[in-house]
Amino acid sequence: MFAYIGKRLLLAIPTLLIISIFVFSLQKLLPGDPILALAGEERDPQLLEFLREKYRFNDPVVYQYFYWIGAVLRGDFGISLRTNQPVLELILEKLPVTLQLATMAMFFALIIGIPAGIIAAVKKNTWIDYLANLVALTGLSIPNFWLGIMLILLVSVNLGWLPASGYESLFVDPVRSLKTMIMPAFVLGNALAATLMRHTRSSMLTVLQADYIRTARAKGLSSQEVILSHSFRNALLPIVTLTALLFGELLAGAVLTEQIFTIPGFGKLIVDAVFNRDYAVVQGVVLCTALGFILMNLVADVLYVLLNPRMRAAL
Amino acid sequence: MTMIETVTPPVTDRASDGSRAWRKMKANKSALFGLFIILFFTLLAIAAPILPVPDPLATSWSAIRKAPSAAHWLGTDDIGRDILSRMIFGARASLMAGVFSVAIAVGIGVPFGLVAGYFGGWVDIVISRVTEAFLAMPFLITAIALAAFLGPSLVNAMIAIGLSAMPIFVRLTRGQVLSVKTEDYVEGARSVGLGHLDIMLRYILPNVMPPIIVQATLTIATAIIAEASLSFLGLGQQPPAPSWGSMLNIAKNFLSQAPWMAMWPGAAIFLVVIGFNLLGDGLRDALDPREA
Repeated sequence: MFAYIGKRLLLAIPTLLIISIFVFSLQKLLPGDPILALAGEERDPQLLEFLREKYRFNDPVVYQYFYWIGAVLRGDFGISLRTNQPVLELILEKLPVTLQLATMAMFFALIIGIPAGIIAAVKKNTWIDYLANLVALTGLSIPNFWLGIMLILLVSVNLGWLPASGYESLFVDPVRSLKTMIMPAFVLGNALAATLMRHTRSSMLTVLQADYIRTARAKGLSSQEVILSHSFRNALLPIVTLTALLFGELLAGAVLTEQIFTIPGFGKLIVDAVFNRDYAVVQGVVLCTALGFILMNLVADVLYVLLNPRMRAAL
Repeated sequence: MTMIETVTPPVTDRASDGSRAWRKMKANKSALFGLFIILFFTLLAIAAPILPVPDPLATSWSAIRKAPSAAHWLGTDDIGRDILSRMIFGARASLMAGVFSVAIAVGIGVPFGLVAGYFGGWVDIVISRVTEAFLAMPFLITAIALAAFLGPSLVNAMIAIGLSAMPIFVRLTRGQVLSVKTEDYVEGARSVGLGHLDIMLRYILPNVMPPIIVQATLTIATAIIAEASLSFLGLGQQPPAPSWGSMLNIAKNFLSQAPWMAMWPGAAIFLVVIGFNLLGDGLRDALDPREA
């Protein structure tokens, strides 16, 4: 098992290398003198010279890349021109906020998506199935920033039940923290619930047609036992791996949700950085998101092997 | 020459595949409904300049944030512009962004996938590695980063979305080519001495198109949401030009005073996206040979 994880980690290296080249190349897309663009509003000659020196802009591009990636590997993602803080420090400060949002969103997605998928599969081709499919299609098609705005309008502006924006740390005031996060988490989890519902339904349908399920029914087991103990356990395998993959998606999806609900997380960090022309922060966030995404891919692969006895035996 | 004719998938087969797919599409009511929605918005977008609606850029200080009425069916915005008119003209930005960014993704992704799958070896290794790396980057984050560095504009948003969606098409095409390239008619074409380009374009490409068409239709839906997202963030269509995403961006500041500003643009995005999703699902069912 460790050899397998090691092999997968090694395979991630070229992927990360290519992503780092892409993220580095982004600077080269900036029109005009990249140092002026990187400096934002700042025109202090000393700062410009410092940046030119720091990014080795007088050296050939290949050297520039190696200096940059060398610094990144040492944890130096650069300095935010806006706050003068190291980029890594900023990212680590904002990440827990987004992780809380993503975890709650995943919770919503799981408690809605999986039961809906099971019920739709069991009640295939009935009105319940059609309704579940319609709701899933709606969930996949609705832009989540619009859903967020509509919920703010209904739940916060009209009903006054929940705050429309803001953030409170879970460790400072748990109740207020949950109150501010419920709506954003629902909005973020909504599309995922639809995806999970569709996959659970199709996975359950495949399992429900298997011979051993017919045998279980023939033995006289109750429907509930057949569905939950026999079918769902086997249908769960692709769903677990999908959930790990979707968690990576959530980190990216948080960008818009955090913007609408003014949550000071990872997503808001990149958007603010874009508008402040704080390019080192943009690069840092993209790199970290890709890293998180690759890690979640790895988790999905490992879970797949762990949960699948046939794959486990093959290792 | 005769040899080629015998190994080429007969044209009549392809035609009958097409008509069978069309018959199945016609029987699929939800796919037709999707097509109807898309045609409706496309016609609106094309006919926008000749429709009897006010200028979408014309402001009126006497009609600021007016609720829907006979004069302004969907109300007015924060500087008195007619929302219906901006919605109709905004359809142009959304649909254009959806179609052009997918055209960029297909235009770059399919040739790379074709070459990777057909030639294999190191070409395949290099293209596949780069594709995997890009697939490891979340779509919206890549689009935001590209749009940020390219500069905010609708064209740059389309380029950013197109490039971010491109890896999906490389992977899909490559996979399809791998399964098609060992078919008898491809072997036959090779044995009569046809060049690689000829084989790829005339024998392989037409046979890998169905799943690409399905994916392209579904990706238009994703691209429309992505354009609206970028415009919502201020990285797409720039003011005062209308786009559904940028309308929502302004509307979120006036939720309690003028909720209608937020309702319509979002509903339009939702409808168009559901249209492309329904059509894409219908095309998938119609073009799937297993369901023939």
